[in-house]
Amino acid sequence: MTVLGKGAAGTGKWVDDRLGSSNFIRRSLNKVFPDHWSFMLGEIALYSFIILLLTGTYLTLFFDASMHEVVYNGSYIPLKGVTMSQAYASTLNISFDVRGGLLMRQIHHWAALLFLASITVHLMRVFFTGAFRKPRELNWVIGTLLLITGILEGFAGYSLPDDLLSGTGLRIAASITESIPVIGTWASILLFGGEFPGTSIVGRLYAIHILLIPGLILALITFHLMMIWYQKHTDFPGPRRTEHNVVGSRMYPVYAAKAGGFFFLVFAVLALLGGLAQINPIWLYGPYDPSQVSAGSQPDWYMGFLDGSTRLMPNWEIHAFSHTIPINVILPTVVLPGILFNLLGAWPWIEARLTKDHDYHNLLDRPRDKPRRTAIGAMGISFYVMLLIAGGNDIIASIFSISVQTITHTLRVAIFVVPPLVYWATKRFCLGLQRADDELVHHGIESGTIRRLPSGEFVEETVGLPVPYQITLTGVEPSERPALHAGEPPEGPGYGDKQVVEVHGNGGPVVHEVRRPRGFFRDKTISRKEPLRPEATMPPLEGTGKPRAK
Amino acid sequence: MDSAPSRMQRLSGPTVIVLALAVIGMLYTAFGAPAGHAKDDPTTEQSMAVKAGRELYLQGCSTCHGLGLQGGAGGPSLIGVGESSVIFQVESGRMPLKAGTVEAPRKKAKYTTAEIDQLAAFVGAHGGGPKLPPGKLNDGNLQQGGELFRTNCASCHNFAGAGGALSYGQYAPPLTEASARVIMGAMQSGPENMPRFSDNQLTPDEKKAVVRYVQFITKAPQPGGAALGRFGPVPEGLVMWLVGITALVGVTLWIGARA
Ligand code: HEC
Ligand code: HEC
Ligand code: HEM
Repeated sequence: MTVLGKGAAGTGKWVDDRLGSSNFIRRSLNKVFPDHWSFMLGEIALYSFIILLLTGTYLTLFFDASMHEVVYNGSYIPLKGVTMSQAYASTLNISFDVRGGLLMRQIHHWAALLFLASITVHLMRVFFTGAFRKPRELNWVIGTLLLITGILEGFAGYSLPDDLLSGTGLRIAASITESIPVIGTWASILLFGGEFPGTSIVGRLYAIHILLIPGLILALITFHLMMIWYQKHTDFPGPRRTEHNVVGSRMYPVYAAKAGGFFFLVFAVLALLGGLAQINPIWLYGPYDPSQVSAGSQPDWYMGFLDGSTRLMPNWEIHAFSHTIPINVILPTVVLPGILFNLLGAWPWIEARLTKDHDYHNLLDRPRDKPRRTAIGAMGISFYVMLLIAGGNDIIASIFSISVQTITHTLRVAIFVVPPLVYWATKRFCLGLQRADDELVHHGIESGTIRRLPSGEFVEETVGLPVPYQITLTGVEPSERPALHAGEPPEGPGYGDKQVVEVHGNGGPVVHEVRRPRGFFRDKTISRKEPLRPEATMPPLEGTGKPRAK
Repeated sequence: MDSAPSRMQRLSGPTVIVLALAVIGMLYTAFGAPAGHAKDDPTTEQSMAVKAGRELYLQGCSTCHGLGLQGGAGGPSLIGVGESSVIFQVESGRMPLKAGTVEAPRKKAKYTTAEIDQLAAFVGAHGGGPKLPPGKLNDGNLQQGGELFRTNCASCHNFAGAGGALSYGQYAPPLTEASARVIMGAMQSGPENMPRFSDNQLTPDEKKAVVRYVQFITKAPQPGGAALGRFGPVPEGLVMWLVGITALVGVTLWIGARA
């Protein structure tokens, strides 16, 4: 830290000497980010996107998005002399004849999977902590758009090599488009430039994949981060953390160093996966031929839920006005995602409506303190996971030797039965955790001291919880709790590492240094202080229906 | 995916054939003297093999397939199934069958190659049927084999021969352990739910090409690292969640703990 600190001071002076004490730069470098592991999940998405841009650029140097037929003459023997599209041939060349090409392809594809997986995990953290509440609803909507564009981007990329798997995916995309009433056939012809597969789709998807959607994602990410910058990051309740401040590390140098290091760790994981684990071995799939299909043809995981919903859907069609409406296609692949993404995007407003909570929130919720929201989230995850399982039903069937039909029939029931059960169980679990917290706050923790009572009975003494943890657990500041404040030294044994606090007052941000508590049970001495055990200050549980103090 | 009618079709075809063969077989054993023929001329190598095969057959197979190959409660008639079928069934360890399962599973072969040939010769001497083509079985054209494999086999056995599920608990097994003779025998005899590929559909040379390609994709080292079972995007997604995201969330916890 001292080396970093010196470096930081040096840089600060360098900047000052050249740009004067520029308010913006100074403020930016001093910007404070809270430290919590879950706030780094969005960064994984950001870094995998950067890696996608870097590896993708390399691939564009060699990829040829043309559907012209050529005779392959590269070094992969089993396809030598086979007629195929230029797109497929150039992907083979990247894999076998371009230096580092296969590694780049594999990192690129793994990064795409990571991009969407990290978006999902990040979304879950934002959801379960209530970070989407006022004033961050708009950023939640931008996030939802990022998720959708990310999925589309991934699908466009998956379709480019024009191998058997991507062609199979495109054929499904074509039939989904055709299933839309009235405009379906027309839209499909417009998209593919004629009958499927035609000769233009790869070129069009290429423009979409390398220009249109990345540009869109880049713009959306920029908005997303600008909003975080402007609105400041949320934080969990804790000592000195209020609705009006941010507690954490300064942007520069601590946060910047951490973020830079983290970028390389993300890169390392992707490089390891790309170097050690084969992904999308297109040479084994062979060139696309509409008359062929392989067992186990699946989309990448982020599209798997749509494949799953299609597999679960009974084979229904409606015949009306001399038209056939294939409900079995539209419902699971058009209507369902439409509903899901709309619900997702509208969630901040839905929740505000249900809870009648229209206040500003800069402090996050611990998931257990909002049992209903947490239960709804868990329910949604269970629904989604079952769709994913349904999408891989044939693979599961062949690995575990179960019948595909058994899996499908079971899931058709489970998808309606399991989510409510998950809701119920999660809510109970949250309430149980709250009770455990309640126990800690009201009765304290075990001290390790055994005392013998006059009656001869042995009891272990409990002691009150350190104030910082009481604040963390209850979300209530000491100032609002006079009973606690009384005998409590603001600094004492048990208060360790220094932290920077930025307080946003009237005169702009003021930076303070405070001390932060050490690990939970590490320092037992403070716990021995009697006055720490408060009386009856625990706010009522949300689940009991009474409003929380505050 | 699969609807009921297609399953009935698939079941009824073989059933009719088995019944017809059983009837023919019974007539054949009743009127003919097939076993006698072999005994008449014990000098040639072929008939020695048939004789040895008969011994093996009577010991290991006749309880189910009947003393005269006519079939019985335990198994279908083997008259006219051909040498290829025997080689496929016995070399892949499916026969002798142990317990009644949905599909006779692959096991370690119980007989040596020489014994299998003798069994095949014995069964082949009763009603003929497809034989393995002469010459090396895997010297076909690799590129043509790939094309034919993707057209005729990948829909059940997957693009890399990793196997796949069929309907109602049936499955197309992985091809990773199949020898050239088993692959050829499978195509010629069409076991269970697998279609039989007659010489009109795939010429012997084309079959040899397929054998070569199957051996290539299942045995030759492939670039790019661990194969992840070659089941396509499902295991890839699983690895992303179980390895990639898990590792990185672990990293965030680690960095977070050092804050
Ligand atoms: C326990 C009973 C049993 C024994 C022992 C047995 N089989 Fe079978 N065999 C069956 C049954 C049942 C089938 C049909 C089901 C199947 O193909 O999986 C069958 C099928 C076959 C077929 C395929 C027939 C066709 O229509 O292509 C061949 C060939 C065969 N057996 C050969 C043998 C040989 C050779 C032996 C001795 C080494 C043997 N079996 C031992 C029960 C048995
Ligand atoms: C309709 C689906 C289907 C198709 C198409 C098909 N198979 Fe099969 N295959 C099966 C089934 C089912 C079995 C299992 C048979 C059994 O266990 O008796 C099998 C078994 C095999 C085996 C034995 C594997 C082992 O070692 O245990 C080989 C080899 C094989 N098939 C090769 C091929 C080849 C080569 C083609 C293409 C020319 C092909 N199959 C096409 C369904 C299929
Ligand atoms: C390309 C995809 C995305 C990238 C690169 C990205 C990046 C980030 C980063 C770096 C942060 C700050 C750190 C953090 O809180 O994790 C953040 C915060 C946030 N993200 Fe995202 N994100 C993406 C997608 C999403 C999605 C899909 C949603 C929800 C639908 C979302 C909603 C939010 C919200 C509401 C915040 C503010 C959180 C807070 O202040 O506590 N983001 N994002």
